[in-house]
Amino acid sequence: MQEEQLTVSVWRGQGQDGHYENFQVPRRTSQTVLDVVTHIQRHLDPDLGFRFACRVGMCGSCAMTVNGVARWTCRTHVQKVVGTDNTLQIAPLANLPHIRDLVTDMRQFFDKWVKPEGRFVGKSNRHQEFATVKPDSVERQHANQGIECIGCGVCYSSCDVVTQRPDYLGPAALNRAWTLVNDERDTRKLERLAAVAGDAGCHACHTQGSCTLRCPKQLTPTASIAGLKRLSARAAMKGEI
Amino acid sequence: MKQAMDGRNRRHLSYWAFWVHRISGFALAIFLPIHFTLLAQALHGAKGLDEGLVWTQNPLIKIAEWGLVSLLALHLAGGVRLLLIEFAPWRGLRGAWVAGAFGFALATGLAFALSLIG
Amino acid sequence: MNDSPRAQARRWYLQRISAMVLAILVLVHLVIMVYAVRGGLSGAEILARTQGNAWLAVYYALFVLACAVHVPTGLANIAVEWAHWPASRALLMARGMALLLLVTGWRAVYAVFTGGAT
Repeated sequence: MQEEQLTVSVWRGQGQDGHYENFQVPRRTSQTVLDVVTHIQRHLDPDLGFRFACRVGMCGSCAMTVNGVARWTCRTHVQKVVGTDNTLQIAPLANLPHIRDLVTDMRQFFDKWVKPEGRFVGKSNRHQEFATVKPDSVERQHANQGIECIGCGVCYSSCDVVTQRPDYLGPAALNRAWTLVNDERDTRKLERLAAVAGDAGCHACHTQGSCTLRCPKQLTPTASIAGLKRLSARAAMKGEI
Repeated sequence: MKQAMDGRNRRHLSYWAFWVHRISGFALAIFLPIHFTLLAQALHGAKGLDEGLVWTQNPLIKIAEWGLVSLLALHLAGGVRLLLIEFAPWRGLRGAWVAGAFGFALATGLAFALSLIG
Repeated sequence: MNDSPRAQARRWYLQRISAMVLAILVLVHLVIMVYAVRGGLSGAEILARTQGNAWLAVYYALFVLACAVHVPTGLANIAVEWAHWPASRALLMARGMALLLLVTGWRAVYAVFTGGAT
């Protein structure tokens, strides 16, 4: 029996010399887009560059642009995204410098993560009592809403403001900052609010909502950024930052 | 060199709401100085104002007025949605508000159109 | 021209506060417009309502002020993001627009309040 074939367009090449290349891949039950990419690399073109690790939706390494939308390829079933003519288009993540084929340079993403005081800075040490944080406090619930982020870059890749403002910190970095601002053990709250305020920070967000819509972990960077907008604007009006 | 997202990434309600809000805001921003300048003709009394308003009798202008009123209603309702997202407790991207904004703009536009004709 | 993150955050805050003010003022304005425009609107009809009406003058003066605060920020964003203007030029344009709206707007308020009689 003739096997159903997918026509897969994959972005190849480096930088300016990029182009789409077509491959015929056999369609299988419960096939994921990562399965498709893996098949191409193993059986059709060993030169294809792409990233993956856990392949079970925990690490976020396999994020790519599938039919124009940023997704985790290991968690995207082909049958969910394939066109009526059995076509698929796979490209690297947007808004990031391109290395080769489906691989991008994630350093800018992580630099922006660290930049707005993205590190937790506490005041106790091992010789002191544990901090007792009420799990149902408003701040802790805000923080819990955002801490599951694994830095996959899907939100960053989906954001138009990131495309249009090169300085913009982006949804993931701002979401991270929000979880720290709401961590009562952290000591750098005001410095962090100063770092996220302004047109390179939270105030450039236009609530387009692509980040919240696309986040594979159903996080809500839009909500986190809204919180930062409020807190940093009030601090700015009071002259605290 | 960076890849850019194309239109496929933007086909969702919240993005359309952003786009409509921006376009309507821009149109209103252009309109306002014209609106103020026309009204200032009142410095020459009712006659002066009427002279300034005479070209608004043009049916195309009437349609433009209806358009602006509808855009204003749209911008207002969309704006309230944004204020809720930014200042009220988080309840998602408030898709119902987007639908409601269009309904409100349609109703306002209709009311205005009926007033113009009636 | 101060463009520190603090200044930018303040501009955002004022734009949102003016938005809240405008939400109410615009709603009232839409109601007035739909009501007043019935059967057409002449200069005399406008002035009959506004001339010597201090409350209306205060209302519209506040309206103009809120517009002058609210409109420029959005325009500056469009200039930077869609027209790729440098931030300094966008800020200058925004300040200019604020001034334009204040001058033409308050002039219009004065015009309809006095109705040509000084």
